[in-house]
Amino acid sequence: MDKSKGIFVALVFMALALYPFVGGGGYGIDIVTKIMIYAILALSLELLVGTTGLVCFGQAAFFGIGAYAAVLFSGEQGAASILWLLPASMLAAAVYALAVGALSLRTRGVYFIMVTLAFAQMAYFVVHDTPLGGGTDGIYLYFRPTLGEKLKFDEPLVMYLFSLGTLVFVFGFLTVLLNSRFGRALAGIRVNEQRMRGTGFTTYPYKLAAFVISGGLAGLGGALFAIKDGFVNPELMSWHLSGAALMMIILGGLGHLRGALIGAFAFLLLQEFFKAEAIFGEFAKHWHLGMGIVIIAAVAVLPRGLVGLPEVLRKRLAGSGGGESRIGGLKSAQGGAK
Amino acid sequence: MANDVLLRGKDITRRWGGLVAVNKVSIELERNCVHAVIGTNGAGKSTLINLLSGEIPLSDGSVELLGKDVTGWTQPKRARAGLGRSYQRNTIFPSFSVFENCRLAAQAKHQKGWAWWERADRCSVSTDSARDAAHRAGLDKLMDRTAGMISHGQKRQLEIAMCLATDPKVLLLDEPLAGMGAEETERMLAMLDELRPDHAILLVEHDMDAVFRVANQITVMVNGTVIARGDPDFIRNSPEVRVAYLGEGH
Ligand SMILES: Nc1ncnc2c1ncn2[C@@H]1O[C@H](COP(=O)(O)OP(=O)(O)OP(=O)(O)O)[C@@H](O)[C@H]1O
Ligand SMILES: [Mg+2]
Repeated sequence: MDKSKGIFVALVFMALALYPFVGGGGYGIDIVTKIMIYAILALSLELLVGTTGLVCFGQAAFFGIGAYAAVLFSGEQGAASILWLLPASMLAAAVYALAVGALSLRTRGVYFIMVTLAFAQMAYFVVHDTPLGGGTDGIYLYFRPTLGEKLKFDEPLVMYLFSLGTLVFVFGFLTVLLNSRFGRALAGIRVNEQRMRGTGFTTYPYKLAAFVISGGLAGLGGALFAIKDGFVNPELMSWHLSGAALMMIILGGLGHLRGALIGAFAFLLLQEFFKAEAIFGEFAKHWHLGMGIVIIAAVAVLPRGLVGLPEVLRKRLAGSGGGESRIGGLKSAQGGAK
Repeated sequence: MANDVLLRGKDITRRWGGLVAVNKVSIELERNCVHAVIGTNGAGKSTLINLLSGEIPLSDGSVELLGKDVTGWTQPKRARAGLGRSYQRNTIFPSFSVFENCRLAAQAKHQKGWAWWERADRCSVSTDSARDAAHRAGLDKLMDRTAGMISHGQKRQLEIAMCLATDPKVLLLDEPLAGMGAEETERMLAMLDELRPDHAILLVEHDMDAVFRVANQITVMVNGTVIARGDPDFIRNSPEVRVAYLGEGH
């Protein structure tokens, strides 16, 4: 990540840190907390899709398992400490990801997408149709966890700041990870797995490790979600959420961590916008339609996602210069192919 | 320097359905020797490289690398043990820089996948061998260019540099000169001379002038089988080879 991008991300995090203190009301805090948690989910998926090139269509399962684990591990006896509750929930999601990854990574392309979806549907039906997860109604969290004596997660501000801290942590962790040898190997696998094997990388363990880390991070997001809402239901594992997470990272721009961040915000703010009855009245019921149109338009105008926006604008501003450079690009491409 | 056999293929066979692409080919690659494999299009040269390197499984036969039977080894394991290959069709990382292509290849020897907190570009063993390999292949000035944007000939050089960056003992080069200009071809031949003393090199090549200049030994393949083998003079004067191959090609 070069400087301007680093500064951009730092500014986003700073703005988020200030938001509750400069006029974020109860509703705003609730929404932004939710978005930050989904941003963790989007980041976890970016590690698989944008970095490693594995299009996973079952990310919601890991999110949901983290959420259910947080509720089930909390028990009914009293408040748990978040210091063990979160790692335990992550572990549950990571173990499931290990199983899903071990099997699904033996397939490729469309089959891989189908297999990850099938596993997520399995998890969905397990919580939907068995007493374990309380069925369709879901289960309530009796006691929200605490951090020491003072910090209680019933307070929206505590929840907000803790979610922000977790998001920053996840972003920082992935930034370091992607620059490591492990991260570069994942990128190599995305671009040309055949060559990676030819040069001496056994790629399967790399992909499996990416899967487990991704699942654990999604589980972390899910656990936070359960703690925030105080409630889980099977919809957390539904393919709708897996699809939404994919749309977030595509909208934001695949191949960039900040794309997942921007995408989560753009996607969920758009959703809030189209769901707002104050603006759309009766039509707000059909918010999917508005979302669909905007997303299709965004992908058409910004094929590289929102992270490509500055570049597109620069070309527009340069006017005819944009056209010339396009021809120049074509020429050099032909030179390469000769 | 001793001429010991670093790679040995015995009765290597590969069938694609009814087609026998490589039929009981035995080959020995010795240190200090460039062993050229020539043959018509579709003779099975690339398939032979794929079989030796483990990219595709053998239908029959065995492969021995540095004295060990590696027939059951996967390609990555063979590569880590010192078997490097280049591809006939460029198989690079087009979106990465030239340097990163070489660095990633070099990283294969120093993977440390678990060291998630260490920056990849701080691993000086792999950055050094990446620079060295790029230098040998004549890419010093292109290090920061995006690999997909350099010329075709330069991509061929990169293909070789990536192979060298893994510091292999045995090199299997699939038409490295195809698409290279005269100057680059000279550089490549000089590089092969330089590598020869402590490497075993298999060279698949259609450029006959280059082959006769650089090879110590030549194997001629037609339709999956070896029809002749010997030193360049022997091959040049072999009537069978003239009929089966050189006669048509020239
Ligand atoms: N994956 C495959 N499936 C089926 N047949 C294949 C496959 N790969 C190669 N072949 C066949 O095997 C034979 C040998 O092909 P190969 O690519 O090894 O030839 P080659 O000697 O490298 O030719 P060239 O000089 O054109 O590179 C050809 O008839 C080819 O069509
Ligand atoms: Mg070939």
